[in-house]
Amino acid sequence: MVEALLEARNVVKQYGTVRALQGTDFSAYAGTVTALIGDNGAGKSTLVKCLSGVAMPDGGEIFLDGQRILLDSPTSAQRLGIETVYQDLALAYDLDAAANLYLGRELRRPGLLGMLGVLDKAAMRNGGAGALANLGVRLPAADAPVGSLSGGQRQSIAVARAVAWASRVIFMDEPTAALGVVQRERVLEVIRRVRDSGVAVVLISHNMPEVLAVADRIEVLRLGRRVARFAAGDVDVEDLVGAMTGALEASALGANDVEANDVEAGAQTGGEGNTNGGNGR
Amino acid sequence: MDRPAETDPRPVAARADLEGEPEAGAGETLLSRTLRANSLWIFLVLVVLVLGFSVARPQAFLSPFNIQSIFTNAATLLVVSVGMTYVIVSAGIDLSVGSVLVFSGVVAAKTMTGIGGQDSGWGPIVIGLVVGLLGGLAWGITNGILVAKAHIPPLIVTLGTLGMALGSAQIITGGTDVRNVPVQLTAVLGQGRLLGVIPWLVVIAVVVTIVGGLVLATTRFGRYTYAIGSNTEAARRAGIAVDRHLLKVYALSGLLAGLAGDLSLAYFTTTTIGGHTTDNLSAIAAVVLGGTSLFGGVGTMFGTVVGVFIPAVLGSGFVIIGVQPFWQSVAVGAVLVAAVFVDQWRRRARENR
Ligand SMILES: Nc1ncnc2c1ncn2[C@@H]1O[C@H](COP(=O)(O)OP(=O)(O)OP(=O)(O)O)[C@@H](O)[C@H]1O
Ligand SMILES: [Mg+2]
Repeated sequence: MVEALLEARNVVKQYGTVRALQGTDFSAYAGTVTALIGDNGAGKSTLVKCLSGVAMPDGGEIFLDGQRILLDSPTSAQRLGIETVYQDLALAYDLDAAANLYLGRELRRPGLLGMLGVLDKAAMRNGGAGALANLGVRLPAADAPVGSLSGGQRQSIAVARAVAWASRVIFMDEPTAALGVVQRERVLEVIRRVRDSGVAVVLISHNMPEVLAVADRIEVLRLGRRVARFAAGDVDVEDLVGAMTGALEASALGANDVEANDVEAGAQTGGEGNTNGGNGR
Repeated sequence: MDRPAETDPRPVAARADLEGEPEAGAGETLLSRTLRANSLWIFLVLVVLVLGFSVARPQAFLSPFNIQSIFTNAATLLVVSVGMTYVIVSAGIDLSVGSVLVFSGVVAAKTMTGIGGQDSGWGPIVIGLVVGLLGGLAWGITNGILVAKAHIPPLIVTLGTLGMALGSAQIITGGTDVRNVPVQLTAVLGQGRLLGVIPWLVVIAVVVTIVGGLVLATTRFGRYTYAIGSNTEAARRAGIAVDRHLLKVYALSGLLAGLAGDLSLAYFTTTTIGGHTTDNLSAIAAVVLGGTSLFGGVGTMFGTVVGVFIPAVLGSGFVIIGVQPFWQSVAVGAVLVAAVFVDQWRRRARENR
């Protein structure tokens, strides 16, 4: 059986009195699209932040390639090849697309100027144009500040940035939420392409048809815990909705059972045999 | 660099296509940036002012003496405003610059008189100037640590150091200005000229401004300043060491205030303790007038230069055409409010898209 590339065990994250993550597990596999789904407030974005170094978990362990890792800053995640499209995009709105694509990794001019910190703006503009062209994004002007672009264009820039730099794991927190039909297809296409290059893709989405279309496996978060895992081929929308809302859990699964299932059957399980009868929604 | 080559987001085709015309692209960028940055309009205001005064009183306004005094008077404010531009672009503020300027002048003067006296040679003078710079740097670093590491709002931090720096200067001097500064200093740095034409004060201010402008516009340091001012959290998530960068920005502002203290000491031949209470507001006004946004993320050094010279030209021009110079404050205040109004209006228009 394939081992998980990225694995989180029993991760806890608390914001004041809010227990956003109450000891959740999660795994993502190389060359696989894992969908992470759950209701609003289930803790998806919090989990992504914990796994990309933005938030420090209050408890739990994270493994990359079976090695325990410490993600104490976004930089340490980036160094490990983990990139993220944040739900809030995390773009510098006054800078242009290329500046955002290279934010924190600016190219410098060769020679003395570069040593003085002078940026190679032309190279970044060209590279940025290429990365955006990959996604089929066309901008009104290359030097327009990102804040003046449409929501979908901004989202495409955030996706392009993460795709350009990710070498092992890429998290996409609702990357298609603001996109039109054509752009959405483009992003899904890119997701498949990135997956085929061997990267572990984690897609967060509320759009179930989209999830079923692109995901290879699905993990369900509810109230800060993973409550189910599915292989995409074995489920339909009703199963997913049932797992997210808890109808399915109440009728058949129970959180403890799920964990037991997980351990013995790994990625391809969810106890789905029981599910269809329980949640006639 | 630690990034793997195969994920380099620069497709060969895209590079080849565009490589031929970087100059044209850069020029276009500069023009449209300037237009957007709002500093073009304020530059036109400056041009109109200069033209107006020139037409009204060509002999007096365009005389070499008047031009020189406009530049000399603006020199220290320009140096302070260069640092303030960085601070405001990073979405901060530095109210302490005037007090730090005074503090630096005082420690510089005390050092010079202490080890050299009024007829001292260049050794004590240079040491004094360096002490002035270091004094400014120390206050800047203090500001930076409190803002970046202790996460106290910059308005409060620099309001605190404003009081502390000025108070310290008064404690050191007992409240009376140090007057017996070395003659060499005032004769050469204060009144001297490069090639007998351009005052050294102006030369130094111009060099500082050009270097400051280039660093802001073309280097990674400048880019990070914009990014942090634009979206601090995004900068942090992109791996930028935000705290360390902010520390440097406030340190730079302090250092330049220290330099301005040295220049002011050389020019006025005394420490002018009471004369800089509104320098901070003048610098902020100049920076904002030049199109730099108080919300951070937007601004140019070119705009700051324009913002420094509008009050300078107005002040000089009003005197020459016989208007009470107090009108300068009224006019600058009105233009400032208008400039900020336009900036906010543009931001709101953008956010509503
Ligand atoms: N910075 C924060 N401070 C306080 N509470 C937070 C913070 N971030 C998240 N929470 C809380 O943690 C819980 C999980 O939030 P999270 O954003 O992870 O949910 P989500 O699954 O991503 O939801 P959505 O689908 O709406 O994006 C929510 O109850 C939220 O209020
Ligand atoms: Mg979320």
